[in-house]
Amino acid sequence: MAKGWSKTRAQVERAKERVIELAIAACGISAVVFVFAIIYFVFREAAPLLFGGLDIGQFLGSPEWYPDSVSNKRYGALALIAGTLSVTVLAMAIAVPFGLGAAIYVSEFSHGRTKEALKVVIELLAGVPSVVWGFIGLVVINPIIIDVFNTAVGLNVLNGAFLLGLMSVPIMVSIGEDALKAVPDTYREAAEAMGATKWQVTWRVLLPAARNGLLAAVLLGVGRAVGETMAVLMATGHAVHIPTSPLDSVRTMTATIAAELGETAKGSDHYRILFVLGALLFAITFVVNLVADVAIRGVRKR
Amino acid sequence: MVSERPKVQFETLTVHFGEHIALKDVTLDLRPNEILGIIGPAGSGKTTLLRALNRTLELTRDARIEGKVQLDGEDVYRAPSLPALRRRIGMVAPLPVGLPMSIYDNVAFAPRMAGVRSKTTLDGLVETCLVQAALWDEVKDRLADLGTKLSGGQQQRLTIARALSHEPEVLCLDEFSIAIDPVTTMRIEEVLKELSRRISILLVTNLVQQARRLAHRTAFLLMGELVEVGPTEGLFGRNPSDSRTFDYVHGMFG
Ligand SMILES: Nc1ncnc2c1ncn2[C@@H]1O[C@H](COP(=O)(O)OP(=O)(O)OP(=O)(O)O)[C@@H](O)[C@H]1O
Ligand SMILES: [Mg+2]
Repeated sequence: MAKGWSKTRAQVERAKERVIELAIAACGISAVVFVFAIIYFVFREAAPLLFGGLDIGQFLGSPEWYPDSVSNKRYGALALIAGTLSVTVLAMAIAVPFGLGAAIYVSEFSHGRTKEALKVVIELLAGVPSVVWGFIGLVVINPIIIDVFNTAVGLNVLNGAFLLGLMSVPIMVSIGEDALKAVPDTYREAAEAMGATKWQVTWRVLLPAARNGLLAAVLLGVGRAVGETMAVLMATGHAVHIPTSPLDSVRTMTATIAAELGETAKGSDHYRILFVLGALLFAITFVVNLVADVAIRGVRKR
Repeated sequence: MVSERPKVQFETLTVHFGEHIALKDVTLDLRPNEILGIIGPAGSGKTTLLRALNRTLELTRDARIEGKVQLDGEDVYRAPSLPALRRRIGMVAPLPVGLPMSIYDNVAFAPRMAGVRSKTTLDGLVETCLVQAALWDEVKDRLADLGTKLSGGQQQRLTIARALSHEPEVLCLDEFSIAIDPVTTMRIEEVLKELSRRISILLVTNLVQQARRLAHRTAFLLMGELVEVGPTEGLFGRNPSDSRTFDYVHGMFG
């Protein structure tokens, strides 16, 4: 009797295991399914235009973006691409020194309560919604730029880059700190024992040792900046224009999609060209993330 | 008889890690040109003693240090410059730590950090130190390779070369031979004897026979306490002053 009972119990246990395994597998697979579904959707909407009639040379090479001109529609995305690139590059010029500097400070030079407090504040920064950043760009940074640079409008590359820079600092700090933390303490002790100062140890030993992880931190920041929409939509001035100075207004690819998609007829060329833009953005962030991933894997291998 | 001033003096040194006591009231001298062996079972505080001297103990945040450590009669805990102090002490850690840079850069690291720029000076130093660490022949054709790619024993000798690279006055060796084959160990031991004509050496070792071969005097640590210190022959002879020493050196411990 007792034997039979324990046998059913073992069966129940095994069935339970099985159900849990399946549930976990389903979760894992669903993430992959969603990603492919999104890619499929974006490309399905873009494909008829992308492979049927779009002049790729004009799309990538011309700054003339007149998607709703009645007589002569032109789909040149160069100005939008230039807008995204200029804001991203300037944002990184701001974010990389601050982000990596903060990562170094948090990991190597702060201790105890200061360290904990800093980490909490940086996480708070990561939690600020992007529309709030856009708002700050409009009402705080805009007048400052007008004042300082004596320009007519303060909604421009500089403004957007400043916001994007601040928005990508948190991820850089947290990934960068992880990368530095992963460097064994024995390196620090060995280098200090040879009479190196803390700063020399950081510069000569820790940064080279954490190189890949720090690169990943920067690239994830870039990915964040390239894909950001709301804040740049609000803060960069909305002018389709290849910028020649940080004080020029621009429009990014993301802002264009967000602003125009609602007004297009589903299935129209204008609708489809926005999906082509989306596909291009997808490709850019995909490559950036891929490189970051490879870099992180490099860290783990060592 | 002229009594020389000790090179290093530990005076009533007590070290806590949080609640845990790692060293209890240790008073010990290292004389000039002496090799002082330090033996004792695992966890008896040997490594802690060395780290108290070059002040790397401070990198462990919950370490608390009481008492005094003097180098040439000067309190190391009041040294005006920590890097300058550490350059006077060579440290070879028990687990080999090849820094993630080339073999050459590993050995040239300390001199460079101290401001040496001349390529010929650095080349000369790198060669001398690698020769002394009995590693030169194995690496002279691959100095640009990563230090971390060397075998365990080679990395261990690389750390010895590094410890010599800043021309220390005191050399601390913490179980330097655990990863090194007996023949190479013998070669390094000869170098250490040679070096002790110029510098003083603290030799922590788990091989009591190594202490016996090299050390002029030997100290026996047990659970953070200094049981006894004296001429090596005395400690290893029939009548060390403490019976626990006798048990330990004759392998009757436990
Ligand atoms: N970083 C640390 N944090 C906490 N406790 C420590 C730390 N380092 C050492 N201890 C403790 O201090 C005591 C002495 O350690 P120490 O490393 O000096 O021993 P040891 O004699 O070198 O031993 P071994 O022969 O195993 O190397 C041990 O009980 C150890 O647990
Ligand atoms: Mg030890």
